[in-house]
Amino acid sequence: MTGDFERLSVTNLSRHYGRRKALSRVSFTCDAGDVVGLLGPNGAGKSTLLSILGTLLAPSEGTVEYGAHTADQGGAGLRARIGMLGHDLFLYPELTAHENLVFFGRMYGLTDAPARAMRALERAGLGERAHDAVSGFSRGMRQRVALERALLHQPRLLLLDEPFTGLDQASTSALVARLREEQARGVLIILATHDLDIVDGLLTRELFLRNGRLLAIAGGEGPLRDRYRAAVAAS
Amino acid sequence: MRNFFRVAFLVVRKDMMVEARSLEVLSTTLFFALTVVLVFAFGLVREGRPVDDVAAAILWIATAFSGTLALGRTFERERQADTLRALLLAPADRPAIYAGKLAGMLLLMGLVELVLVPLVGLLFQAPIFNYPWTLVALLVTGTTGFAAVGTLFAAMLVRARSRDVMLPILLYPITVPVMIAGVRGTAAIFQSTPDEPLARFWVALLVFFDVVFVTLALWTFEPVMTE
Repeated sequence: MTGDFERLSVTNLSRHYGRRKALSRVSFTCDAGDVVGLLGPNGAGKSTLLSILGTLLAPSEGTVEYGAHTADQGGAGLRARIGMLGHDLFLYPELTAHENLVFFGRMYGLTDAPARAMRALERAGLGERAHDAVSGFSRGMRQRVALERALLHQPRLLLLDEPFTGLDQASTSALVARLREEQARGVLIILATHDLDIVDGLLTRELFLRNGRLLAIAGGEGPLRDRYRAAVAAS
Repeated sequence: MRNFFRVAFLVVRKDMMVEARSLEVLSTTLFFALTVVLVFAFGLVREGRPVDDVAAAILWIATAFSGTLALGRTFERERQADTLRALLLAPADRPAIYAGKLAGMLLLMGLVELVLVPLVGLLFQAPIFNYPWTLVALLVTGTTGFAAVGTLFAAMLVRARSRDVMLPILLYPITVPVMIAGVRGTAAIFQSTPDEPLARFWVALLVFFDVVFVTLALWTFEPVMTE
C-alpha cells in the first residue's frame, strides 16, 4: 500500500497514564488542505494527541483512521506519509544541516536524498550554511532545518508541536508562508500552539482542548483569541 | 530483509559519525574502564603478583560498568533533541533501528575492549595470547548478550526521569547469566592450567543467551517504544 490518504478520522480517542487521563474521548475529522489548530492551556493533551496521530504512542481507547487504515494496518507505508516537527527539533547537533537531512531522507528511502536535502536547505535560505554543524545554528535556523526535515519526504500529514516557539518575527512570517505553501499542495497540517495571534487567519479550524477533553471545534468568524476565550469560558 | 539491514546500517553510520565528531562516549567510557582496572590493580596486585584468577572478573566488571555508561550516554544523545522519536517515525522496520543501535554499541564496546584486554593482561599477568580466538569469541558473545539487553532497556528508559538509576537496576539482574558465563569462560583460559573445552562450553552457552536476548529484544522493541 502507498499509505496515502485524504481524510483523518479520530473517534473516541483516549489515552491514560495510570489513573491520569491525558486525553478523554476526543473525536474529530479533517481533510487534506486543512490547517487544524490544537489550542488549549498546558496539560490540555495537545502533545499527547500529536504523538498518537504520529503513531508514536498507542491510544488506550478509540481509533485513528488515516483514510481507510489505522496506524497498525498502515505500518511503515503510512509513516512515510507523516511528517512531524516536535517541540525538540529532532536534529543531531553534531551533524551538519545537510548530513541531518540526508540521514533522515535515506531513512525515508529517498534515493535522491543528497540533492533533495540541498534544494530544501536552499529553499530555507540556508544553502550557504548547509555544511555547518547544526550546533552552531540559532534557534530560528535550527527550526527552519527541522521543518525541512519534516517536509523532505513530502508528507500528507504534517504535525507541528509549538512550531513558533523562540522564533523572531521574520522567521515566524517565513514559517507561516511555508505552511501556506504546504496547505496549497494539499497537506493536512495539525499544529499545537499557544501563539493565537500568529495562527489567526492561518487555521481553517480550531480544536479547543482542556484537561484532555475536546471543548469545542470552531472555525471562521471573529478573532481567534475571542473564540478561544469563549470556548474556555463555556467549559 | 535488505531494507532491514539498510536501515540498521544507516543508524550505525550516523552514530559513528556523531561519535567521531564528539568522541564523547568513547572517551568517557574508555577513561572509566581504565580507571576501574587501575583501581583493582592497586588493590589486588601485591609486589607485582596479582591475586590468583581475578583477571577474568576484573575484565568483565570493567566491561559491564563501562558498557552501562556508554548505553546511558548514547541514548542521552538521542533524548536531548528527541531524535529517537524521529527515528521511530521513519517508515523503517522499527526493530532495524534497534539493530542499528545495538551494532553501534557493540562497535563502541569493542573499541574499549581493544584497550582493556591488553591492559588487564599486563597488570594482572593474564595469558591473553594462549587461546586468542576463544578469548575473542567469549568477548564477542558476552558483549553481545550484555548490549542486547542494555540497548533495549536504555531505549525504553529514554524518557524516564530516573533512567540513570533504573538502567543498572533492570540491566544487571537480567545479564547476570551473561556475566557469569563470561567470567567463568575467560577464567578457564586464564587459569594456570587452562581448560579450553570448558571455555568453549561457556561460549556455546553465551551464543544461546545471545540468540534468546536478541530475538526477544527485536520482538518487543516496537511495542515497548510505542506504549
